[in-house]
Amino acid sequence: MSDLNKLTLADARDRLRAGDVTSVDLTEACLRAIDGADRLNAFVHKTPDLALERAKAADARIRQGDAPAMCGIPVGIKDLFCTEGVASQAASGILNGFRPEYESTVSAQLRDAGAVMLGKLNMDEFAMGSSNETSVYGNVINPWKTDDRDLTPGGSSGGSAAAVAADLCLAATGTDTGGSIRQPAAFTGTVGIKPTYGRCSRWGIVAFASSLDQAGPMTKTVRDAAIMLQAMCGHDAKDSTSADLPVPDFEAMLTGDIRGKKIGIPREYQIDGMPAEIAALWAKGADMLRDAGAEIVDISLPHTKYALPAYYVIAPAEASSNLARYDGVRYGHRAKLAAGDGITQMYEKTRAEGFGAEVQRRVMIGTYVLSAGFYDAYYNRARKVRSLIKRDFDTVFAGGIDAILTPATPSAAFGLGEMANADPVQMYLNDVFTVTVNLAGLPGIALPAGLDAQGLPLGLQLIGRPWEEGELLKTAHVLEGAAGFVSKPAKWW
Amino acid sequence: MSEIDLETARKVAHLARIAVPDENLPALAQDLSRILTFMEELNEVDVDGVEPMTSVTPMRLKRRADVVTDGDVQARILSNAPDAREGFFAVPKVVE
Repeated sequence: MSDLNKLTLADARDRLRAGDVTSVDLTEACLRAIDGADRLNAFVHKTPDLALERAKAADARIRQGDAPAMCGIPVGIKDLFCTEGVASQAASGILNGFRPEYESTVSAQLRDAGAVMLGKLNMDEFAMGSSNETSVYGNVINPWKTDDRDLTPGGSSGGSAAAVAADLCLAATGTDTGGSIRQPAAFTGTVGIKPTYGRCSRWGIVAFASSLDQAGPMTKTVRDAAIMLQAMCGHDAKDSTSADLPVPDFEAMLTGDIRGKKIGIPREYQIDGMPAEIAALWAKGADMLRDAGAEIVDISLPHTKYALPAYYVIAPAEASSNLARYDGVRYGHRAKLAAGDGITQMYEKTRAEGFGAEVQRRVMIGTYVLSAGFYDAYYNRARKVRSLIKRDFDTVFAGGIDAILTPATPSAAFGLGEMANADPVQMYLNDVFTVTVNLAGLPGIALPAGLDAQGLPLGLQLIGRPWEEGELLKTAHVLEGAAGFVSKPAKWW
Repeated sequence: MSEIDLETARKVAHLARIAVPDENLPALAQDLSRILTFMEELNEVDVDGVEPMTSVTPMRLKRRADVVTDGDVQARILSNAPDAREGFFAVPKVVE
């Protein structure tokens, strides 16, 4: 029973229901794994006492019968989610010491379904980053390795991805504004889905770019993603953009039958400098779906190349507004003031001390593009381009395409620190295949599909129609089965 | 190619209420210039007659009755404040 932390969520659920294991057993196995993995720096606030208390309650509930699927499942929660009485800092110094008096809707739904929170997971500060190098807690290290170098797990949900890949928890929550679930999933050989904008309530999740942010699960398998997503979704009166739509039984939709589905291959995703291995994996993915009875169709999404620049106007603009609330008055850090300092000095010093370099950069870019004289030239133009990007997708879906297959990332995981001297735009290119999905509000899933020549995982992405996460998961499940990815990182930590 | 000069960088930092020491302004101006140059790719796109996106999923926002639904949680609201006194958030003197 020593390897219970390595179970999939689905297997753990079945064994809990069969009375074969207890939630306390699962939780203790994960807590031991977490304590042995401090080197990865994935869990940054551990909550073992709370976890065992919830595990005992879950066991009692399971014994009574009728427990939901997530009951008794040990999970990690990204630090971006406010959790009542437990530190929630968005990996930022400016929220040092913040202990929310409330629980985010998504983590409350998981808690109420009986899931066991093991602790809070590291991430890029305010979810701004693609390598988990902007966190106040320090870098997360990818459990995958090829040599002496420490590799990035990706970002911003790097702690979630590393924790799931290293079997520190059975699953974790992530959030995705431009690729922050899918890119780290691809870098760690795990599965991550960003649902349609509006599927999950954003209430209680520290806001980065409100028109793009969505929560989603990060798991070991597509089936696990279906089970956990189900528990995270649903209408919430506290988020006016959350959709009042029924949530289907996603797991029941994993029938394995995708015959007749039309899968689009967008020619604009064939970018210059794409590594041959990634191009080959992409073609192999298309072959596997064709072999399963899907029809592969070449499609065009003509505004793809403008997605990144549009994103890097819109996201910082929204961030500069959202992050205005961190002023040293209501919560978190306040700078020590000099004699005679007034309230403006308090704001300016507090924000200079509390925000890291990347967050400062994005807040200032956002401030600039929203400032008088530039609003039309940058912000409004970007929003118009966003309309065109969404129209591209609307057109292909109206033409009968069911899902779109792309690579998840333009490379495998790279070394921590390797981008330190690159210009900020180089780091932004990590999101080239994922940002379009946020701009268009669509569901997207990344799943592991192979290893590169060095032995690092590579992921493929499937993009679905709005609100059709169930169909998307069905296709992903078939692709997962055909790819047969079973590799795990060798334990070195 | 967008060029952000030091004065503009200083002004943006002030608008964002972030103290940036003078010696860091050149690097900031250079970073901002690079990012803005990248954004200028958007100028290639013909956006004539295109509406700026306001909502990614066409939906009517729900309304609710305009009534008090919450309250009496003053202590909890103040519990994370760096400085709270007599039931209020405390800040340095605002008006001379």
